[in-house]
Amino acid sequence: MADVKLSGVHKYYGNVHAVRGVDLTITDGEFAVLVGPSGCGKSTLLRTIAGLEDPDSGAIAIGGAVVNDLRPRERNIAMVFQNYALYPYLTVNENIAFGLRARKTPEIEIRKRVSEAAEMLGIGNLLQRYPRQLSGGQRQRVAIGRAIVRKADLFLFDEPLSNLDAQLRDEMRAEIKRLHHEITTTMIYVTHDQIEAMTLADRIVLLRDGKIEQQGAPLELFEQPRTGFVAGFLGSPSINLIPATLKTDGPVAAVVFQSGGELKLPSAKAMSLAGAQGREILVGIRPQHFSRAGGGPLRNGVVSYSAVADLIQPTGTRTFTTIKIGGVDAVAELQAHDVRSHGERIDLAIDLNRVVLIDPVSGVVIA
Amino acid sequence: MRVSKLPARKARILALRYLGAGVVTLLFLFPVYWLFMISFKTPDEIYHVPPLWIPGQIQFSNYYVLFKDGDVLAILNSLIVASVSSGIAIVLGTLCAYSLARFGTGGENLAMWIISQRMIPPIAVVFPIFLIYVYFGLVDSYFGLILLYTAFNLPYVIWMMRGYIVDVPLELEESALVDGLNRWEVIWKVVFPMVRPGLMATSVFTFAFAWNDFLFALVLTRTEVITFPVMLTHYFGGQSNFWAKIAAMSVLGTLPIFVAVSVMQRYLVRGISLGAVKG
Repeated sequence: MADVKLSGVHKYYGNVHAVRGVDLTITDGEFAVLVGPSGCGKSTLLRTIAGLEDPDSGAIAIGGAVVNDLRPRERNIAMVFQNYALYPYLTVNENIAFGLRARKTPEIEIRKRVSEAAEMLGIGNLLQRYPRQLSGGQRQRVAIGRAIVRKADLFLFDEPLSNLDAQLRDEMRAEIKRLHHEITTTMIYVTHDQIEAMTLADRIVLLRDGKIEQQGAPLELFEQPRTGFVAGFLGSPSINLIPATLKTDGPVAAVVFQSGGELKLPSAKAMSLAGAQGREILVGIRPQHFSRAGGGPLRNGVVSYSAVADLIQPTGTRTFTTIKIGGVDAVAELQAHDVRSHGERIDLAIDLNRVVLIDPVSGVVIA
Repeated sequence: MRVSKLPARKARILALRYLGAGVVTLLFLFPVYWLFMISFKTPDEIYHVPPLWIPGQIQFSNYYVLFKDGDVLAILNSLIVASVSSGIAIVLGTLCAYSLARFGTGGENLAMWIISQRMIPPIAVVFPIFLIYVYFGLVDSYFGLILLYTAFNLPYVIWMMRGYIVDVPLELEESALVDGLNRWEVIWKVVFPMVRPGLMATSVFTFAFAWNDFLFALVLTRTEVITFPVMLTHYFGGQSNFWAKIAAMSVLGTLPIFVAVSVMQRYLVRGISLGAVKG
């Protein structure tokens, strides 16, 4: 068990500055997910923690000790790779025991730990098989088994689920979460999949261009993004960003769309916008904050909006409907039967209590 | 029960194919067959007109002569020189190849430069080498021949093994490094098993190179470490050719290669890396 502390970590690949000064503390037992688009430096950062890459500057401490000069095997970590990295010439049993044998663990202890891990992962009946005889999900279980038998201080996962099909991915995601509850070791998990990040993390560390854009609990990032990038990265379908101008008049504020039409902002939002009259902004409205207007009185901060349904994408539980708002296409996530046909005019309610207003130049959320 | 029959046209094509394959096989095997047969014949039978397809009786006197006169020592010399040199080349070459493949030693071009060494026509360097060998007293010694064959095989081994090693998924090695192995252990416990089929195939070729070399062995040996191909030439005389000895010696010289290929064959065809990484 150990905490992890990165301070001022930089990493270059030739001229590419892959990691640009990352400071990060992950507490003991925490499940931290490094997430971001490809090329954001998340895998590099993980590999640096593992010791597979050397940082060009900065310090990496595991359990309070700086490990910069330690080889991977001296850091007492276990790592699960995207491609499983199973040895094709060894049986499942020997694959799982590999790390223990490398560390000269007594045979009795090896047998005990392998069977414990196999039981925990439900692969006890596969121990005598070779990796080529396993399905993708089984291989990933073996890879995880190989990590957990080590009883390492720190677990690193490098996109472990991206080779699995969607259904299996959901299953394995749940298993990994359950595993963390059972063994409570510190885990650092890299993914580009925001659903994995949201569902697994105690804390999401969202990276962009080699820097931490924002970190925090999943819902905190989702509900209080600090930048438009964070708002846009988390959530599916992604947040609608509509260009508009602010109109303020004392305690009252509204957004005016370039194509005409305006939406009055709730007073809580308006308060922080005093003096921002005429400012260009991007209005960020999540698809989930649209609903079909019921006809009754609207809650405070909820405004009505009439639109024509363009694309209709039913998912079964919800129906994603593309509408025009402020001259641009926006997606509204409605109840399954809220919309019937293309071209239908629908009355919508938009919950502006949770709207985010973003400065289009800096990308920073201003309210 | 009726066995399902092929349509007549398909059956005819199949028959033709087998016929073709049979003819080609006979054509290629005949010289080998003839070699074996001569080695069992008596002198009278060898020169019999018309030729005898099979000897009157299988007799080993041709071989016996080779053993009695000590000619078979040439085979032993060849075995020692070829196996030691290819063993050294394989070990050294694989380590070099690992360095090239994983650490980018020498940048982009070193590997190409190394294999280019193999493209020099041996005849162009054999006399300079001979002079150097004379100077250092290496002529007609095991060490001299082993050194030479190792040097000539190294570029080939490096080039081939580099290709096989590059194909080993890097994650397998990284995983092992994290799991507690050092770099040497990774090479021994991960890389070697992964490239074993390639290693075996390469060994066969390096062994065959040293085994079959005639030019260097002819120039660099005198009496002490004469190898099998050089020994064979001694049986071609100005007045007559000793066909019985030539045939028996050739058979003995073919056997080691035959055995090596038979043993290694299963490695040459095994797709061991299946299942390592999902493609």
